[in-house]
Amino acid sequence: MKEKTKILDKETIGRSVTRIAHEILEKNKGTKDLCLVGIRNRGVYIAARLAGLIKKIENEDVPAGVLDITFYRDDLDLITAKPVVRKTEIDFDITDKNIILVDDVLYTGRTIRAALDALADLGRPKSIQLAVLIDRGHRELPIRPDYVGKNIPTAANENIEVHLEETDGKDEVVLLEK
Amino acid sequence: MNWARKDLLGLEELSKEEIELILTTAESFKEVSSREIKKVPALRGKTVVNLFYEPSTRTRVSFEVAAKRLSADVINIATETSSVKKGETLIDTGKNIEALKADIIVIRHNYSGAAAMLARHVNLNVVNAGDGWHEHPTQALLDIFTLKEKLGRIEGLNVSIVGDIAHSRVARSNIWGLTKLGAKVTVCAPKILIPLGIEKMGARVTVDIDEALEKADAVNVLRMQFERDQNDAFPNQLEYFKQFGITQERLAKVKKDIIVMHPGPINRGIEIASEVADGRHSVILEQVTNGIAVRMAVLFLVAQANEPSL
Repeated sequence: MKEKTKILDKETIGRSVTRIAHEILEKNKGTKDLCLVGIRNRGVYIAARLAGLIKKIENEDVPAGVLDITFYRDDLDLITAKPVVRKTEIDFDITDKNIILVDDVLYTGRTIRAALDALADLGRPKSIQLAVLIDRGHRELPIRPDYVGKNIPTAANENIEVHLEETDGKDEVVLLEK
Repeated sequence: MNWARKDLLGLEELSKEEIELILTTAESFKEVSSREIKKVPALRGKTVVNLFYEPSTRTRVSFEVAAKRLSADVINIATETSSVKKGETLIDTGKNIEALKADIIVIRHNYSGAAAMLARHVNLNVVNAGDGWHEHPTQALLDIFTLKEKLGRIEGLNVSIVGDIAHSRVARSNIWGLTKLGAKVTVCAPKILIPLGIEKMGARVTVDIDEALEKADAVNVLRMQFERDQNDAFPNQLEYFKQFGITQERLAKVKKDIIVMHPGPINRGIEIASEVADGRHSVILEQVTNGIAVRMAVLFLVAQANEPSL
């Protein structure tokens, strides 16, 4: 795969995440019962940034947790690069909370399906909303995001990579082509 | 790091990285066991067969709990009540289990090498739950997991293993695993219970219990397997306790935070004093809890490995 175009840079990613933070607060009328849950790996850092922004806007702390969905995947037999399982770290009760599930890229929807199963084992939230930095289309399940940083329609031979400062050294979203 | 082995037969053949992958995976499974719903669907639709040729309660129950928390179906075969009594060979039993379309066999056998032989003859995943005097890899992994949880690291630790080293698969697996991760291992026992050539595995040998404890960060106490003493060569129980038993008096003289482990079942007043087994140094029951997480990790990893090990 070779890089075709850079879609977002540090500034545009920053603006998108800031807008999503405002949208979350608008839709939920503030921070009451609000919790953020980031999906490993990069969703965790986007969730942490959203928590920071919400704190800056409303001056309220919103709990942020980490979800590892490996045990809930339906494609473990299919993928060759097995993911290393890491801990789920949600140290608050999710029952009756409004959960904002956060991931970097929304694609087939299977990761989110697994995340919904994982959350169901941890409690019964009042609602679950989905925030993603990139929606690249090609859904295989009836799942749609509530908050989107940027919609990027992709072709089958293209791939999206999100790089974040916390994991990759710099903020950017690139489109790759076979 | 990718797990590529169809089976877990021992720690001797594993790399440092493979052992570390099992330990990291076990950490996430420990979190699962702390939830109200202690179950994940990772092995849904898979069948695990516990095939035990030796009496065992704790290991079998631990594997059973582990498999069930992964949503697998579990079948227990105790050979006293099976066709093995009618003369069926291990390989035939294995092939029959394979024909039932099971996915994983967890085997405990009194012959060293039995798990490896079974693994060569079936395509199922085979997990060694103890073979003769050879290895008991999941016990060593849970010992190492517990140590790492308590002390934050394995590298550079001094670990002493005390007791019947000669007949102990737990000792062998621990020596392999601990030395690969950079710990210094000392074994301590009456001379007759120290096997020849154990130094070649990387362990230091001593017959002086106080010397074995002196620098130790942790001591792993093994049960005296008196039932194996066919030649009446073992010291008697009282004599053993006096010379090698882990007592408060002995622990009072060494590192004040020394950790005391025991794979169970414990024999109070023979290899370990009651006050020590129940005291603040003891992590014996935590080992039992951690055993489930470690076994979940092992079952999960071997079930994922669709390529046979090279």
